[in-house]
Amino acid sequence: MPVDARFSGRVYPPTAPYEVGREKIREFAEAIGDPHPAYRDAAAARALGHPDVIAPPTFAIVLTLHAGHQVIMDPDLGIDYSRVVHGEQRFEHRRPITAGDRLQVVVTVESIRAAAGNDIVTTRADVTTTDGELVSTARSTIVARGTAA
Amino acid sequence: MNVGDLLPARDFPVTRDDLVRYAGASGDFNPIHWNERFATSVGLPDVIAHGMFTMAAAVRVVTDWAGDPGAVTEYGVRFTRPVVVPDPQGTVLHVEGRVREVRDDGTAEIELTATVNGDTVLARARAVVRTAACR
Repeated sequence: MPVDARFSGRVYPPTAPYEVGREKIREFAEAIGDPHPAYRDAAAARALGHPDVIAPPTFAIVLTLHAGHQVIMDPDLGIDYSRVVHGEQRFEHRRPITAGDRLQVVVTVESIRAAAGNDIVTTRADVTTTDGELVSTARSTIVARGTAA
Repeated sequence: MNVGDLLPARDFPVTRDDLVRYAGASGDFNPIHWNERFATSVGLPDVIAHGMFTMAAAVRVVTDWAGDPGAVTEYGVRFTRPVVVPDPQGTVLHVEGRVREVRDDGTAEIELTATVNGDTVLARARAVVRTAACR
């Protein structure tokens, strides 16, 4: 069954606040095999002009992947999760995500289209502080294979 | 810095335990990234790396060169081919970078090429970095 193109433009409610911890950043840096001191050592991060330990450029996915599940799992939208592959990912950062940030994510469905028998869904996840400062925007394109009519 | 300048190329080994660690840190526990039985049951040749793991490794060519990873203001990729990670030997991701554009606003766009065994795994892999931070 094709996903419903009328869902283009749908905005999901903000996620619960996520507090960015130094140890979570360190764990993520270890997992991507990156020894950079700005991800571990607040003094090293400050020497680069940051207020505290910063997160790697793709760290926002920890928040936005989870937030995006609101869309992929939305029964009204009708995506078959078992057929979903990640097609494209893009981040725009106003500043690096930094330890101590309290962040929430608002996901918007930017476009839904069918191509070559697949449904292609692009979502935008705006990552803001709980005070409303935009920190990052993450755009994800997922491809649901073979569900188009 | 000039258009066409090359960044130091890097090789990143990828093994199954890297994928398990990444699954835990990122919260992406899709079994295609750690369970061979499941991966092959959905038509994959073997366990494949998280696209986001490949994306995170590839941008190290930019962040290590820039010196300040916080200088990356934009980064995007298209996932073109799964990175198959056999057990126990794993695989190797090869990444090259090149200055694609130097902009008036103090940023530069870097184009990345990511290959595994000579096959391209990321397309349109581009990062924008503030050049004041670059060494």
